Amino acid sequence: MTVQGIILSDLDGDRTWRLADYVKRGGYEALRKIIAEQISADQIIGEVKKSALRGRGGAGFPTGLKWSFMPRAFPGAKYLACNSDEGEPGTFKDRDILRYNPHSVIEGMIIAGYAMGCERGYNYIHGEIFEVYERFEEALQEARNAGLLGQGILGSDFSFELYAHHGYGAYICGEETALLESIEGKKGQPRFKPPFPASFGLYGKPTTINNTETFASIPFIIREGGDAFLALGKPNNGGTKLFSVSGHVNKPGNYEIPLGTPFSTLLEMAGGMRGGRQLKAVIPGGSSAPVLPGSVMMDCTMDYDSISKAGSMLGSGAVIVMDETTCMVKALERLSYFYFEESCGQCTPCREGTGWLYRVVHRIESGLGRPDDLDLLNSVTANIMGRTICALGDAASMPVQSFVKHFGDEFAFHIEHKKCLVPKNVQHEGSKIYVA
Amino acid sequence: MGALRIAQEEKGWLANETIEFVAKYLGMPAIAVYEVASFYNMYDLAPVGAKKIAVCTNLPCALSGGVHAAEYIKKKLGIDFNETTADGRFTLKEGECMGACGDAPVLLVNNHRMCSWMTEEKIDQLLADLTK
Amino acid sequence: MLDIEIDGKQLQVPDGSTVMEAATQVGAYVPHFCYHKKLSIAANCRMCLVQVEKAPKPLPACATPVTNGMKVWTHSEQAVKAQKGVMEFLLINHPLDCPICDQGGECQLQDLSVGYGGAQSRYEEEKRVVSNKDLGPLVSTDMTRCINCTRCVRFTSEIAGLMELGQAFRGEHAEIMPFVEKTVDTELSGNIIDLCPVGALTSKPFRFAARAWEMSRRKSVSPHDSLGSNLVVQVKHDTVKRVLPLENEDINECWLSDKDRFSYEALNGPDRLTVPMVKQGGQWIETDWPTALEYVANGLKGIVADHGADSIGALVSPHSTAEELFLTQALVRGLGSGNVDFRLRQIDFALDGKMAGAPWLGMQVSDIRYLDRLLIVGSFFRKDHPLIAQRVRQAVKRGLKVNAVNSAFDDWQLPVANALCVSPAAMPAALAAILKAIAEEKNDQVAPEFVEATLSVVVDENARAIARSLVSGRRVAIWLGNFAVQHAQASQIHRIAHEISRVTGGGFGLIGEAANSVGGYLAGAVPFGEISGKNVREMTSSALRAYLLVNVEPEFDCAFGAVAADVIGKADMVAVFSAFKSAGAFDFADVLLPVSPFTETPGTFVNCEGKAQSFYPVVKSLGSSRPAWKVLKVLGEMLGLKGASADSIEDVRKQIFGDATVVDLNKLDNSVQSDVVVLGNIGGGIQRIADVPIYFADSVVRRAPSLQATRDSSEPSARMSRATLERLGLQAGLKVRVASANGEAIVLAEEDGGVAEGCVRLAGAHSLTSRLGALYGEVSVERL
Repeated sequence: MTVQGIILSDLDGDRTWRLADYVKRGGYEALRKIIAEQISADQIIGEVKKSALRGRGGAGFPTGLKWSFMPRAFPGAKYLACNSDEGEPGTFKDRDILRYNPHSVIEGMIIAGYAMGCERGYNYIHGEIFEVYERFEEALQEARNAGLLGQGILGSDFSFELYAHHGYGAYICGEETALLESIEGKKGQPRFKPPFPASFGLYGKPTTINNTETFASIPFIIREGGDAFLALGKPNNGGTKLFSVSGHVNKPGNYEIPLGTPFSTLLEMAGGMRGGRQLKAVIPGGSSAPVLPGSVMMDCTMDYDSISKAGSMLGSGAVIVMDETTCMVKALERLSYFYFEESCGQCTPCREGTGWLYRVVHRIESGLGRPDDLDLLNSVTANIMGRTICALGDAASMPVQSFVKHFGDEFAFHIEHKKCLVPKNVQHEGSKIYVA
Repeated sequence: MGALRIAQEEKGWLANETIEFVAKYLGMPAIAVYEVASFYNMYDLAPVGAKKIAVCTNLPCALSGGVHAAEYIKKKLGIDFNETTADGRFTLKEGECMGACGDAPVLLVNNHRMCSWMTEEKIDQLLADLTK
Repeated sequence: MLDIEIDGKQLQVPDGSTVMEAATQVGAYVPHFCYHKKLSIAANCRMCLVQVEKAPKPLPACATPVTNGMKVWTHSEQAVKAQKGVMEFLLINHPLDCPICDQGGECQLQDLSVGYGGAQSRYEEEKRVVSNKDLGPLVSTDMTRCINCTRCVRFTSEIAGLMELGQAFRGEHAEIMPFVEKTVDTELSGNIIDLCPVGALTSKPFRFAARAWEMSRRKSVSPHDSLGSNLVVQVKHDTVKRVLPLENEDINECWLSDKDRFSYEALNGPDRLTVPMVKQGGQWIETDWPTALEYVANGLKGIVADHGADSIGALVSPHSTAEELFLTQALVRGLGSGNVDFRLRQIDFALDGKMAGAPWLGMQVSDIRYLDRLLIVGSFFRKDHPLIAQRVRQAVKRGLKVNAVNSAFDDWQLPVANALCVSPAAMPAALAAILKAIAEEKNDQVAPEFVEATLSVVVDENARAIARSLVSGRRVAIWLGNFAVQHAQASQIHRIAHEISRVTGGGFGLIGEAANSVGGYLAGAVPFGEISGKNVREMTSSALRAYLLVNVEPEFDCAFGAVAADVIGKADMVAVFSAFKSAGAFDFADVLLPVSPFTETPGTFVNCEGKAQSFYPVVKSLGSSRPAWKVLKVLGEMLGLKGASADSIEDVRKQIFGDATVVDLNKLDNSVQSDVVVLGNIGGGIQRIADVPIYFADSVVRRAPSLQATRDSSEPSARMSRATLERLGLQAGLKVRVASANGEAIVLAEEDGGVAEGCVRLAGAHSLTSRLGALYGEVSVERL
């Protein structure tokens, strides 16, 4: 996994995550520079703005702008939170960042804390990657021992405490306000916004939440300058980005590439299609992003704007690749089940609607579909989208809408013939989905 | 949440008495703690086997044999999802995305130990190790 | 102020208003379920989605703050489409069992589905089934109907003070539940029935009794605690079927305590006395009114003639109407006696004749929200005054600091900043210590008349903390609870607490025990004034020749319990005016006159803040029972007493309150004539502290079966601190004998960390403890 990049470059798996290794790679230079040169908070935020870094969690919101929302002069506690609750099917980049390069996140958070005047930060780590949580705790201890965290960092008068917090099996906690509720020890039900976290966040105090990868990009930006970061990508899409490639490829894994790299290049890096089969469909930004037919994807470059133009979202950069052996109905059924299971149950359209969607897709898949089911699916998704407290309602709806839109004929075939368009033995060949 | 996790590690699962104990310890209403325990699916509100295996069958994993791995374990242990072997040794759960889709098939042992690229051979090996 | 346009109507709203509040102001109805003006905003039902200019998607009116220049459409195509979409989701898993649902006819979901629901469901899968929960004897559940609006959850944690319900699990499996096998025990639990917008939570006593549209709704006033909650009494076939709150923002807001809500069951119970009865040769026989009244009139005439007017006396319940209280004392005074009292559980009357006016709360209930410091002295606050405690709970959220001096603490479900727990004997000294500490804090001297009382008291840390708290406040109040008023040295407590309020510049008041604790004074049902006489303590310690008992069950209502009943039983004639039969009255009385409870008579209650609230009967008098005011009036006429006569109920009211429609606040005054205060002594030994449990407090609630089945109606136990238990060689869970000079009670011992050292808390107003006599005083506790 030694791809040229800024986060996962020059790493050697489990052997180079410790503080000493990170320092060898230039780690904590950015922080030292800030402390030594007494760089102002405005300068840091300006640099981040210049870099055109956009939130790596999925929404792609400009990071510098988000930081500038924080009421720096607000008296009293302000908090920083890192969203490492990576549970969006297809996404597995934060896990690698945290287990192979945890200090990049720690340094990024310290700098962010400095820039926004936060006294305390939390890194919320997906419960299922508990070993990564444990390693992060170790890395935090290393940083504390080295005087990089705590009171009077590096002899300055800047203090910042950072804690790790683990989830315990709830996808919804990846939603930023649900994550805050969860850090507070409650169930992770998203809050209604406004008020936004920047004014009413953790424990009711101003809070900024960024993704793991976003924080991990910060040291480079400060060390090398925002322009250098921007130059790695393309305008409005600064820097390199981690893409988690999964599904029907020969080498699934994380690939750090400059934004704007053609999809075909990424597919090649991931070893090409498994068994040399034909590309059928790609979900380019995690399971909630609309699916795109393979042919459309082959014309895209991997950046926020290109994917958006093609009708989907770059999201978290999770690329789920499906080949010709995939039954799209079956694929959607599994995703719909996921959203049904993970709905927090707070607001009506999502609580009631995700179950309805799943049941309709399920009945189509099991050969009990009805002629007007596709209209029903479109209508139910329309009633969910934009009507819920958080984005999970939209996330559950977009796959349904896009699968039906791009692969409607497969759904129609299912309803009419009560079986898959793709024969079961072919499916098995591709994914071993069925046990012979 | 940490308190419940530690209680579960110690007790194996979260009985009502355990939840009430945690609530008392934290000075919270018992139902507030129960809300949390029932919301997050890595907490077990019913007894599980000594080893709880959760296999991810979500789409990215399924495309790379996740479902197959689950089926294989089912056959090996003679149990379905949410069941425990007669000797109380294993419980099988269907997991949701564990954030490790690149390592598919992936499974979790007792919530905290992640096992990657679980081919049939590796599953055989794992089950043998866990049985020891 | 912000400008907003709603459905084309312009208006201005204060900063921080929500769209929902603005819409309510212009009368635009936005459909909703989870929103409730008294609860926090959840925004989870999504029914109130409205169209907002420039917003890409519909926004929930309940949670969207108004911004200046905002334009909102509540019924535009976009808004209605969103609302209909949400309604469809709400209905897919909701059972179509409206015909057997008690909420039918008053169901928000049913109502709104008429406007927003489809004729047929597009959802044809299996509907969700949710298991029912046992929430106790008052609230019935049909959880499959639940739409997860979480109003009930928010109510228990925000209004009742303890989160007894939660939303467990997630997604479609989410369900509202108490913690496993727990019930909802708050004294405000019935409100969740009103809050539930569907039929998931309904009234257990009312279950399947009537349809909402079959009943007429009539206004009334609660006869129980001193708040005077406003009621809607629902009536079908001249029977009270159900009681609901009548919203009155100044008094009960939109809430009711369970006592107010469920006590009506007693009115239809088997215990009702419906025919006059006289005892002849030891046998009770039913008779007619003329015979019974003649018996009483002749009896009274004869006794006055033979033994003098001073040999007759009357006890009248503080839960009686002001008219009943007035006519009772008028009758007694008309006969030439001053022996009348309504303060049945009080034992210290040293202030009688020295008070400037009728004691009251000293402030308006609706002003509680503005207090920033409060000292509550001697009160089982939460159970004695459920909705006043609720008001204090809300005020605490706005910064009120509550201090308390008590002999036994319960969990009030609100933060108490400083608590001082002392034995009843030490309570006056504890207050004196606070007074002394306040003087020290302010570098001041205590007033001359308190020098002696404060001279030897030691100021401990708790007293000092309370003093500091009070001194640092700007809007301070000192309240005496029922326990303080019933205390053996109530007069000292009153004097010192009043002085504390004076030096801190705060208000001072009595919270008041019953619906007419203030009205009784105004009606003159006390043994001082024009013709003075014996107080209740004197009347029940040595027997008179004749007693009139108006709504009084002395074995439960009087301080000395069964001992008082024994004394009364020695009289030549006891006439009982009561709505109920009782074993006690059958034993000691000679005549039983069936009088109407509050639902069958007109009347007036004066609440703790001095508000006189008159009401009409809501149903006809049951059987031959008659309103007590009429019975008293006829009796007065038969005796030829002008003062005890009246042409109408309005005429009686005029005699009490004058021409004014509101109580003259000058008649309410807690100040007392000044003299030197000397701390008295109560003997050593174990002190009894007697609370009057919420559902033992008056003759109506004692007969309400559902309330009697609650946890609050458990048998009394002897509650002591661990140290006291150990010192006496007792063990929790084992039976003990509690004995006083008068008698004894056999009860279970229980450990209770809230009880002062050297004290035993043992409830009064119960047959198990009635033989002990005094509610307070020295007792022995020994292992059985």
